[in-house]
Amino acid sequence: MIEIRHISKSFKEHQVLKDVSATFENGQTNLIIGQSGSGKTVLMKCLVGLYQADEGQVIYDNRVFSEMPELEKMTIRKEVGMLFQGGALFDSKTVEENIMFPLSMFTKQSFEEKRERVNFCLKRVNLENSNKLLPSELSGGMTKRVAIARAISVNPKYLFCDEPNSGLDPRTAGIIDNLISEITQEYKMTTVINTHDMNSVLEIGEKVIFIHEGKLWWTGDKNQVLRADNEELNNFVFASELTRRLKK
Amino acid sequence: MIRTVGSYVLLLRDAFRRPDKGSVFRKQLMFEFQSLGIESLGIVLFISAFTGGIAALQTAYNIDSPLIPLTMVGFVTRQSIILEFSPTIISLILVGKVGSRITSEIGTMKVTEQIDALKIMGVNPVNYLILPKITAAMIMNPILIIFSVVISLMGGYLACELSGLVTLADYMAGLRYEFDPFTVTYAIIKTVVFAFLITSVSGFYGYNTEGGALDVGNSSTKAVVNTSILIILFDLILTQLMLV
Repeated sequence: MIEIRHISKSFKEHQVLKDVSATFENGQTNLIIGQSGSGKTVLMKCLVGLYQADEGQVIYDNRVFSEMPELEKMTIRKEVGMLFQGGALFDSKTVEENIMFPLSMFTKQSFEEKRERVNFCLKRVNLENSNKLLPSELSGGMTKRVAIARAISVNPKYLFCDEPNSGLDPRTAGIIDNLISEITQEYKMTTVINTHDMNSVLEIGEKVIFIHEGKLWWTGDKNQVLRADNEELNNFVFASELTRRLKK
Repeated sequence: MIRTVGSYVLLLRDAFRRPDKGSVFRKQLMFEFQSLGIESLGIVLFISAFTGGIAALQTAYNIDSPLIPLTMVGFVTRQSIILEFSPTIISLILVGKVGSRITSEIGTMKVTEQIDALKIMGVNPVNYLILPKITAAMIMNPILIIFSVVISLMGGYLACELSGLVTLADYMAGLRYEFDPFTVTYAIIKTVVFAFLITSVSGFYGYNTEGGALDVGNSSTKAVVNTSILIILFDLILTQLMLV
């Protein structure tokens, strides 16, 4: 479980996060939702330590991550996998080398063992026989799937996904959502997904937190999100014609 | 300015930590030997051959007095090549070739979140990306400069031979005249310092790139300009310390 307590973050005069507290449960897909500019990406970057929060704590299974020295944070980071919005694959490396990279850095496995693990991860994301492709040769959906394969290659305890569906068609987006959800349950990971895609919310939102103007406005799950009595949340959820029709 | 220098020193501190894994570092180092060293050999040799030829011809052209022996052409060519042309001019060329490449590569990795991906994995990105480049350049650049000196002196000979201004015997006698091996040591020390500046300053600007493609270009320009200024500055300082 990951817990955040009273997180605040400012950039110069602009306060992006205001006293946000929440918990992200183990074995669940936890979604952070909110419109663009609401502060959800900053919150995720505070969670993974790419930004240092001005106030508050980030706690990974009773370990206060936010107050650890940088070298100590490295030990927790080795338990973390992250799927970036653009995939963030190393473009000079092939698919196989990308997935093998964390294994080469942090395990003492032989090349054959690493290759076996790479093939297993690629099979898990339905990308067998893509080992020798370069990131420039992959489609958007394939890039995300390789990024997921890289993220799970070291069996992480925590998986973070920053807008995993951005730039994908609805069908591919659904495949990625289901893949993340299946992997979360399979490996009992704590998964945190940053999204503004309502399809994802309704599909895999086992726990949903809604951020608006840097504050936590609502917490619930996919079944409650359409019936919530929260004006700001409703403005966000029913912003599209599709969800308005769904409500009717 | 003070903030930039402070950030640069902090980056160097991170760069010079022990690598996370020796085998990965060695692999990166081999890649950088190829990428920064061997791939620069062609341009270094091409420029050196012509620089040597030009230095020899200009020296010969400026010797008007019959009191000055023609062996001076070889002597002046040798001294100018070893002391200045090869270590400094070739390093300035390498700023454009290697430095801008390092800044663009690391800058692009920064804006496409590849460096964030390394951080999240628990890898020290500065150490992983910049230390092999610094190490490779500090080893490879002196080798490139030795090649450059040899090819420049051969270029000087060819220019003299083809123009008929100086005979081979005079040129060779000039090359050997009062040769002080310390000048080669001086050239190599300068090259090592310049190699460090090229890779570390370029890496610093790449690592601190924020934004998009335009910012990668801006960082690359800043890296080339500032490294060139630093090379000239350190050239003066090292010359004062070692030769005067």
